Amino acid sequence: MDYSFALQQLVYGLTLGCLYGLLAIGYTMVYGVLRLINFAHGDLLMVSAYVAFFGIAIFGVAWPISFIGSVLFTALLGILIDRGAYKPIRKSPRINALITAIGVSFLLENLGLVLIGGRPKSFPAPGLFSGSIVIGTVNIPELSIWVFIITLVLLVLCVLVVKRTRIGIAMRALSRDMETVTLMGIDKDRVISFTFALGSSLAAAGGIMWCMKYPALEPFMGVIPGLKAFVAAVLGGIGNITGAALGGLILGLAEVLIVAVEPDWSGYRDAIAFFLMIIILLTRPTGILGERLPD
Amino acid sequence: MSLLLDVRNLSVLFGGVLALNKLSLKIAAGEIIGLIGPNGAGKTTAFNVVTGRIKGSSGSIFFCGRDITGWSPSKIARNGIARTFQSIKLYEDLSVIENVMIAAHSSISYSFLEAILGLGRFSRDESRIRYRAFELLELMNLQELAAERASSLPYGSQRKLEIARALALGPKLLLLDEPVAGMNPTETREFGDFILRLRDNLSIGIGLIDHDMSFVMEVCDRIRVIDHGVPIAWGMPTQVRNDKDVIAAYLGVGFGTATGGHAAN
Amino acid sequence: MKFMGGFLKVTKRRDGTLTAFSIIVLLFFLFYADQNLDSYTVRILENVAIFITLAVSYNLINGVVGQFSLAPNAFLAIGAYTSAIFTLSPEEKLRSFIIEPMLWPLSVMSFPFAISLLLAGIVTALVAVMMAMPVFRVRGDYLAIVTLGFGEVIQVLANNFLSITNGSLGLKGLYPYTNLWWAWGFCIFTVFCTVRLINSSYGRAMKAVREDEIAAEAMGINALRIKTFAFAFSAFFQGVAGGLLAHLVTTISPSLFTFMFTFNLLIIVVIGGLGSTTGSVIAAVLVTWGNEALRIFEEPSNFFGYQYEGIPGMRMILFSVILILVMLFARNGIMGRSEFSWESLLQWFRRKTPALRV
Repeated sequence: MDYSFALQQLVYGLTLGCLYGLLAIGYTMVYGVLRLINFAHGDLLMVSAYVAFFGIAIFGVAWPISFIGSVLFTALLGILIDRGAYKPIRKSPRINALITAIGVSFLLENLGLVLIGGRPKSFPAPGLFSGSIVIGTVNIPELSIWVFIITLVLLVLCVLVVKRTRIGIAMRALSRDMETVTLMGIDKDRVISFTFALGSSLAAAGGIMWCMKYPALEPFMGVIPGLKAFVAAVLGGIGNITGAALGGLILGLAEVLIVAVEPDWSGYRDAIAFFLMIIILLTRPTGILGERLPD
Repeated sequence: MSLLLDVRNLSVLFGGVLALNKLSLKIAAGEIIGLIGPNGAGKTTAFNVVTGRIKGSSGSIFFCGRDITGWSPSKIARNGIARTFQSIKLYEDLSVIENVMIAAHSSISYSFLEAILGLGRFSRDESRIRYRAFELLELMNLQELAAERASSLPYGSQRKLEIARALALGPKLLLLDEPVAGMNPTETREFGDFILRLRDNLSIGIGLIDHDMSFVMEVCDRIRVIDHGVPIAWGMPTQVRNDKDVIAAYLGVGFGTATGGHAAN
Repeated sequence: MKFMGGFLKVTKRRDGTLTAFSIIVLLFFLFYADQNLDSYTVRILENVAIFITLAVSYNLINGVVGQFSLAPNAFLAIGAYTSAIFTLSPEEKLRSFIIEPMLWPLSVMSFPFAISLLLAGIVTALVAVMMAMPVFRVRGDYLAIVTLGFGEVIQVLANNFLSITNGSLGLKGLYPYTNLWWAWGFCIFTVFCTVRLINSSYGRAMKAVREDEIAAEAMGINALRIKTFAFAFSAFFQGVAGGLLAHLVTTISPSLFTFMFTFNLLIIVVIGGLGSTTGSVIAAVLVTWGNEALRIFEEPSNFFGYQYEGIPGMRMILFSVILILVMLFARNGIMGRSEFSWESLLQWFRRKTPALRV
C-alpha cells in the first residue's frame, strides 16, 4: 500500500470517526447519568438533518441560521423526549425505560416516513463545506477539516462544562449516586434535561455534518450510526466523554482502514462494530478509559 | 465443635479507602458470633466479602476447611453460607412460598427436560421442596401468608421471610444482617429465643450484625468489634462490654443508633 | 397439609381434562378451517400460530427473566435459513446458487422437513449461547444493543456469505410444508414446554433473577447460567418458528427479517403483560389480527367516493404510540403477570351465574 493512499484513508477514517464520536458523547452522557440506553439518540441525527434540510431547501433560510435552528430544535426535542417518555417511569424497572426508548425511536422513524416519505432526499451542502484541498496526492475535503475542528471544539467545550461548571459537577454527582444528590437539594430533573439537551445538540451537530458527507436523507438513516455510536461509547468506556470521542475515532478508523486493506470485506463493513463490541465485552468491559463497572 | 468459617487477615480497599483492615473471624458450628461496631465500621462489607459479593484485596476466607476466597456468590451459597440483607431483598412480586422454594433450587435433581415432561423426579422434588418450604414458613409463623405477594407483607414478616428463605438453602452457616432492626423489645426478645433454638436444633453456625446491644449481648457467644474497618476487640459479651477501646469507639460516634447507612452499602 | 394434597390432586385431574378437552376443540376448529375457510383466512391463522410461538418464547426472556433482548428477527433469520438450506434438494441448490456455488457438504445434504426444523432450533440456540455469554458475563443491559446490532449483522452476513445463503437473491422455491397442522402443532408444543418450564424450579429461578439478581445469587442461583439457558431455550423455539415461516412464505431473502418482526413481538408481549404467557397468547392473536385489519391505512382504498392514497408507516406509528402509552399508563397490559387457570375461570363463571353455585 502506498503512502498517499494510506494518508487518504486516514483522512476518511478520521472524518467518520469524529462523526461517530459526536454521536457517542450524547449516548455516553445519558447512559452515565440515567443508566439508560437511549435508542432514540440515533434518530435525533435524522431529525436534525431533516430540519436543516427543510430550512435550506424548502424555506430558503440562510444555512447558518438553518443549522443553528436545527441544533436548537433537536436539543428541545431531546428534552421533550425525556420529559414525556422517560421521566414518568424513572422509578420503574430498567426494562420499562428501554422498551419506551425503543417505542420513541420507532415513532420518530415512522413519523419521518409518513410525513416526509421514504424516498431519499439529497442534502444541499453549502459551498463553504464542499470544496477540497489537495496536498501532494492526498485529497482533503474541506468538510473533513471542518468536521475535525468542530468535533474538537465541541469535545473541549463538553469536557469543560462537565468538569468546571456547577451543572456539570451536578451531572457527575448524579451519575454516581442519584438519591444522595436529590437529598442535597439539587434539582435532579433540571440536570437530566440539561444532559439531554447537551447530548442532543451534539447529535444534531453530528447529524448536519453527516448528511453533508453522506447526502442521502431518509427516515431510517440514524439507526446504524446510532448503533455504532453506542459501540464507540462502550469502547471508550461508558460514561466517559473523552472516551466516547476516542471510541468513535477508533471505530471510524477501523471501518475505513480494514476495508482499505482488504477490499473484499467491504460487504462486512457494518458488522465490524458488532464484533468489536463482543471483543470489548470479552476482554475489557470497562472500555479504554473506563475505571470500574458501576453497579 | 467443628470450625466452619475462618476469615484470615481480610482487607478490603474501596478506591483508596481501607474499608476493612486485616479482619480475622472464626465461626464454629453451634456458635453465635456477633459482629458489631459504629456506623460505617465495615460490618456489612465483611459479610459481602464472605458471601462473594465484593472481592477482598488481601487475606483469605476458608469455609469447612476449603479456601473459598474469590468464589462467586452463588457457589458460596450452594456450599452452605446463607445470608439475609440489611435492606430486605425479597423477590417482591412473587408469592411468599415461592420466595422460600427458590432457595431450594440448587437441591433439585431433575433436568429441565424432566420438568417439561413431568417425570418422576420432577414431581418428587417439587413436593419435597414445597413441603419443606411450608415447614419453614410454619417455623417462622408465616404459613397463613403462603400465597400472599412478598411485598404485601408487613416489615417484620418480611424479615422473617428472609430468614425462612435463607434456611431453605440448608446452610451450615447463617449470616444475619441487622435481623432485629425495626422490631420492638418484645419481638426482639422472642427473636433472640428463636435464634438460640435454631442453633440448638440445627446445630448451625450463626454470624450476626446488629446495633441493638442488649440483643447482641444476650444471644452471642462471642463478639468481634470493628471500628473504621479495624478490628478493636474480640471476646465474650462481658469482656467486650467493659473493653476501653470499644467504649471509646462507641462514645466517640454515638451509641446504639438503630438505623443509618453503612459506608459499604 | 394432607387435605391440601388431596385437593390439589383432584383439581389437577380436572384441569388436565379441561385442557385436553379444549385442545380437542381447537383441533376440530382447525379441521373445519382447513376444509372450509378461504386461503387468505387460513394464512392468517397460520400467522397467528407462528406469532404465538414467537411471543411466548420472547416473553420468557423479556418478561420472565427480565432481560431485554431484541434478537427475534435475527433468530428467525437463522432458523429460516438453516431449515431452508436443509430441505432444498441438491438439484435445486445447484440451480439457484448462480453467483457462487454452494459450499460442499451443504450442497448435497437434504433432510425431511421435521429434521430441518430440529436443526434450525439447535443452530439458533447455539448462536444464542455464543452471543449471550459475553454479554451476561459482564453487563446484562448491553444485551439490548448487542441483540439489536446482531439483527443488523445477520442481514449483512446473509447478504455476503454467498456460498451458504445465496446472498441477496435469497432462497427460492421452498416446498410449502408449513400448513395449519404444523403451525398450530408446534405452537401448542411451545406453549406446553414454556409453561411447564416456568412452573418448575427453573422458572422460579428465572423469576428470582428478574426480581433481584443479588438475592438470587445469594440463594445459590447461578444467574449467568440461568439467563443463558433461558435465552437459548427461547432461541430454540424462535429458530424452529423461523423454519416454519420459511416454508410458509417459500421464498426467503435477507431483507425479509427486519427489525419490524421484533418490534411487533415487543408490542405483543407488552400489551399482553410482560411476564404473562397467557397475555402473550391473547395479545399475539389481537395484534396479528389487528395488523391485518389496519392494512387498509397503508393501501390505496376508496372510502365512499373519497380516494385514499394509503400511507406506508401509519400502522407502525400507531403501534409505537400504543407501546409508549402502555408503558407509561398501563404497564400491566392485559394480564399483568397473572396466568390463566381453570380455577379462576370457573370461579368467574360461578360469580356470574349464582344459580350454579354448589
